[in-house]
Amino acid sequence: MSTPPRTRPEPVQVIKQRRDAALAKLVSTVPYIGFLGITFDRRGDELTAILPYDDKLVGNPVLPALHGGAIAAFLETTAIVELSWAIAWDEIEQGGGTKPVPTGKPKWPKTIDFTVDYLRSGLPRDAYARARVNRSGRRYASVHVEAWQDNRARLFAQATGHFLMPGT
Amino acid sequence: MVDGRQRDNAEFARAFIAALPHSVALGMQVIDVSPGQAVLEMPYDARFVGDPDAGIIHGGAVSALMDTCGGIAVVSRDAEVLGTATLDLRIDYMRPATPGQAIRAEAECYHITRSVAFVRAVALDDDRDRPVATATGAFTVERAS
Repeated sequence: MSTPPRTRPEPVQVIKQRRDAALAKLVSTVPYIGFLGITFDRRGDELTAILPYDDKLVGNPVLPALHGGAIAAFLETTAIVELSWAIAWDEIEQGGGTKPVPTGKPKWPKTIDFTVDYLRSGLPRDAYARARVNRSGRRYASVHVEAWQDNRARLFAQATGHFLMPGT
Repeated sequence: MVDGRQRDNAEFARAFIAALPHSVALGMQVIDVSPGQAVLEMPYDARFVGDPDAGIIHGGAVSALMDTCGGIAVVSRDAEVLGTATLDLRIDYMRPATPGQAIRAEAECYHITRSVAFVRAVALDDDRDRPVATATGAFTVERAS
């Protein structure tokens, strides 16, 4: 018995390049992501959003602490990019990733509602966030986001939002 | 901070907002303040766009405006309130803001206890009859004593 011939797997750097290009394409089109300075670190399909500290993000200069609005925007952006990335991921990995980076403009989900819990004040340093798509249907999605600074287990904010899927 | 007992509300709100770098960065301006109520405006700015094809302002910028407006409604509620921080804020997005138009937030602190203030807010563009977004939130209350 002989096993059927297998196609040779793609070199890892080709896969990484394709994934990183898809992510960069998604993120670079949004001016507000650039304004806040948010970047995304990708490990496989897992994204970590990074909000590098900047003076313009401060809301309480006495403490000092990050502005609640900047935190809300950071979490909402993380949720939207995670959801779009989850949609794009299936597309770029289809057929063993033989397709190039998805062409055309990214289609963004629309926020229906977004609720932020502020657990402790945001310190004047870098912040990180990860989102989890708890439910993604044909029309609606529910996404949870957690944000932390120095210690992954000590969240300084969390949020839940509902989104209308693109094309609905 | 400002001496609460003899402060002028609008003046206090302007000084308050001028001290918040993020609100300054977003170009927020105080339009009107009365006890427990605040009206702020954020001019249209291409840097705040979330949907570049349509030129629609990012929901996060609208959140930041309503959060700041809510905070000012809390500190203007009575003279003993010196500061506040957001405990939670829920935003409902009704429709995209019309590109090119300023966004106005109106917030009301409708109930306050020793430690907690309850706020509702609405975000509007030029079409004042159709809100862009609404928000409800709870804020901490920092008192003088």
